[in-house]
Amino acid sequence: MNTPLLSVRNLSTRFRTERGTVRAVDNVSFDVAPGETLAIVGESGSGKSVTALSILRLIPDPPGKIESGEILFDGKDLLKLDDEGIRAIRGDRIAMIFQEPMSSLNPALTVGLQVGEPINLHRKTVWAKALDKAAELLGKVRIPDGRSRLGSYPHQYSGGMRQRVMIAMALACQPRLIIADEPTTALDVTVQAQILALLKELTRETNSAMILITHDLGVVARYADRVAVMYGGRIVETAPARQLYKTPRHPYTRGLMASVPRLDGDTERPLVPIEGQPPDLASLPPGCPFAPRCKDVTERCRIERPPLFESGPSHLSACFYHERLAA
Amino acid sequence: MQAYIIRRLLALIPTLFFASVIVFVTVRMIPGDVIDLMLSQNDIAAAKMGREQLEKALGFDTPMWIQYGKWVGNILLHGDFGRSLWQNTPVGEQLMARLPITFELGLMALFFGLLIAIPIGVYSAVRQDSGGDYVARSFSILMLAVPSFWIGTMVMVFPSIWWGWSPPMQFVSFTADPLGNLSQMITPAIILGFSLSALTMRLTRTMMLEVLRQDFIRTAWAKGLGENLVVMRHALRNALIPVVTLIGLQAPLLIGGAVIMEQIFVIPGMGLLLLDAVSQRDYPIITGVFLIVGVAVMVINLLVDLSYGLLDPKVRYR
Repeated sequence: MNTPLLSVRNLSTRFRTERGTVRAVDNVSFDVAPGETLAIVGESGSGKSVTALSILRLIPDPPGKIESGEILFDGKDLLKLDDEGIRAIRGDRIAMIFQEPMSSLNPALTVGLQVGEPINLHRKTVWAKALDKAAELLGKVRIPDGRSRLGSYPHQYSGGMRQRVMIAMALACQPRLIIADEPTTALDVTVQAQILALLKELTRETNSAMILITHDLGVVARYADRVAVMYGGRIVETAPARQLYKTPRHPYTRGLMASVPRLDGDTERPLVPIEGQPPDLASLPPGCPFAPRCKDVTERCRIERPPLFESGPSHLSACFYHERLAA
Repeated sequence: MQAYIIRRLLALIPTLFFASVIVFVTVRMIPGDVIDLMLSQNDIAAAKMGREQLEKALGFDTPMWIQYGKWVGNILLHGDFGRSLWQNTPVGEQLMARLPITFELGLMALFFGLLIAIPIGVYSAVRQDSGGDYVARSFSILMLAVPSFWIGTMVMVFPSIWWGWSPPMQFVSFTADPLGNLSQMITPAIILGFSLSALTMRLTRTMMLEVLRQDFIRTAWAKGLGENLVVMRHALRNALIPVVTLIGLQAPLLIGGAVIMEQIFVIPGMGLLLLDAVSQRDYPIITGVFLIVGVAVMVINLLVDLSYGLLDPKVRYR
């Protein structure tokens, strides 16, 4: 494997809350190769969004704080950069797409300004040229008649169109890495596929890598090269997408798959929900975070925290019984 | 937009009608009417005539609704606000002479008020809970609590005691001596501006804090913008919308404050005119001033509503 574009090592991010310190991200490590799409999957509260925000140091401090770890991007540790250094990365080398297209665009500024802004900022391009580029970008994300739409405002757009604007904004400086935090969750089902296909196509065109944060395993199957499953602030399994589908090696991943309807498989197969509640990060059990909900739990799981075991070629699983699960 | 403005202006008519009736009737109901006053002041002409003749000469012998009709009719048809009961000078001329002075004072006060309130409010929000924030917030509470007439009086008294300096007293008009005029207006304008700034500052701070928590601010950070651009370009515009409303609501306060400041700093504006007129029960002047003030407040609020369109693209006037 060639050198990774992004290499996250032992990242821990905590939040101070009224109920004590919460480790939203606990000792998380993963790599993203150039041009690769990594999906981070998990329930809400699993720490996937916090991981994404930590990479660009967008965690609101206070109450949040990146406690420890390294985030190596092109060999540079983003956590060691000064404010100016990280600002030069944001929006230029690494861009972000957020979940809520309704509230993530500024209601008082024109679409043209918002899309052209990163170009004006990072490329030191004069506004007239930046707006030309913005019109071009709007065309790329299939917003017809981009030039005449530069002066329009977000409220004049539908949700899907706004997310296209967000994508245009993210692509403005041809970033090496795009972090898409649940880019389609807030959209109509019919629009979701369009947006993801567009995102995939455009990242392929510019050979950008992508981190796709989602709770939707269906999305993962189609668009990701590799998957990291997060639970309780930790990565519990990571594998190439196909392999994860074929041979999930963690009970949580299995549970997730059993609970998602699949149109391509056996439609008679009953859906099996994962019993219990997502873990409370403020009071995680000492052992495996999934232990309270796991069907195959043993005494060891409750006491000892499982590390990530090598469970196949570039396949890691944080389950003591990952080998047994392979069967 | 034009249709909207015209409709808003038409809507002023009933409001003005009710306001004028209330003003017209209530000033005449203040105990101790103008006739009593004239008779008690050993006015020679008045003494000769006696109450009934005096009432007839001044036009108070007819029912009040006829007096009102005449008054309104003269304003609408001839632009005639009537004559002063004491000096027999045309009220309209006096109003026209005084209006620009009060207008200037109000505008300057508003300017200083915003100049103080918005930068401090923004700073206070961006550096929330810092030392500067606490100082700014305490200052704004102080400005709310301390009446501007007290500050005005202090400014008149203490500098003259300590340094033998006092604000210039001889009024010069702006057209005659712009600098002299401004140097005279600036002290009351700043004092008035301070008292106006208190609420505006608080609201600016609150709104900025609210806006800075929004998702689109995170988007702005994620683009790599520096703090200045995030605050000034992305946050401030959104935060100012309610602030503008507050400015409109404070317009009557501004005019009321101007009346007091004019009295303290001897500025011959509408305030001073009104004060004299009230003590002399000079009804045409009182009603005239109130009418102008009423129109001013309504026009300011119309301008405020129109300015939403500049700040908030979602607002469209139909």
